[in-house]
Amino acid sequence: MPPTTKTGSAAAPLRFFNFAAPSRFYALTSWLVPLCWVVAIGFAIAGLYIGFFVAPTDRTQGDSYRIIFIHVPTAWMAMLLYLVMAFWAGIGWAFNARLASMVAQAIAPTGAMFAFLALWTGALWGRPTWGTYWVWDARLTSTLILLFLYLGYIALVNAIDDTRRADRASALLALVGSVNVPIIYFSVQWWNTLHQGATVSLTAAPKMAATMLTAMLLMTVACWAYAFAVVFMRTRAHVLEREAHTGWVAALVGRTIRS
Amino acid sequence: MNWGSAQEFFHMGGYGFYVWGSYAVALLLMLTEPMLARQRHRQAKRDAAREAEDPASNDDE
Repeated sequence: MPPTTKTGSAAAPLRFFNFAAPSRFYALTSWLVPLCWVVAIGFAIAGLYIGFFVAPTDRTQGDSYRIIFIHVPTAWMAMLLYLVMAFWAGIGWAFNARLASMVAQAIAPTGAMFAFLALWTGALWGRPTWGTYWVWDARLTSTLILLFLYLGYIALVNAIDDTRRADRASALLALVGSVNVPIIYFSVQWWNTLHQGATVSLTAAPKMAATMLTAMLLMTVACWAYAFAVVFMRTRAHVLEREAHTGWVAALVGRTIRS
Repeated sequence: MNWGSAQEFFHMGGYGFYVWGSYAVALLLMLTEPMLARQRHRQAKRDAAREAEDPASNDDE
């Protein structure tokens, strides 16, 4: 049997699943995180500049519509991150992949934050346009459920002491809860909601001015990069917490302490 | 350019409270979250260093 000690060396052939090893992931993300921050900040500055200084005032909503540049990207991210979280939780469960479960658990707080921001900015936009901060409308209610699903997932992970058991139980919750995401997305079509229909969809031309759309898409890229950065940061912490007993972590922290 | 003065910009056509209330909370949370994540990473590193000093658990070398 050949020695297996060479798996961590630079000479090993580069394959996609190499990054499924927590040590590889840790090394890769050490330079991916700053890169994501540069993208996030750059795109946010561009998006906010176009959103506030180039995009004109809306004829019917006045300047209150400028909340859209943060509201829509955060709402999109809240839905997307839930599906990504459920996907990796499922992979971690089905293939017994530690890193996948760690990524899923690192996504949850970021997803919860985006869900909260979607609700918060929506409430502050609803007040001037609908006359109320909150209404038990299908879109709003299903988004509130999304926030509770994130919080329930986090609570379940923390409630179970056995790490791998927590991974499996929370994966089940994440997968079952993912039914809610299409409900949020299609709620404005299925029910008669106060919330307006999709302004931008994959199948029809956008119903908004080009500069407004540009600002919104730039902000979406910024939120996306932000999510990558902060999820990678948190996953790195999870990796160190779970792999503290391994040789590679010992070597890593040994070096950083001496320098 | 939409705004004649800084005051006009902050007034946001009468919707200043709603617009800035949205962006201020978003900014606050999006600054706090990475700081918490960084803190957790540093703590994990410190804890791992402590564990690595313990020869009983450092059996991979």
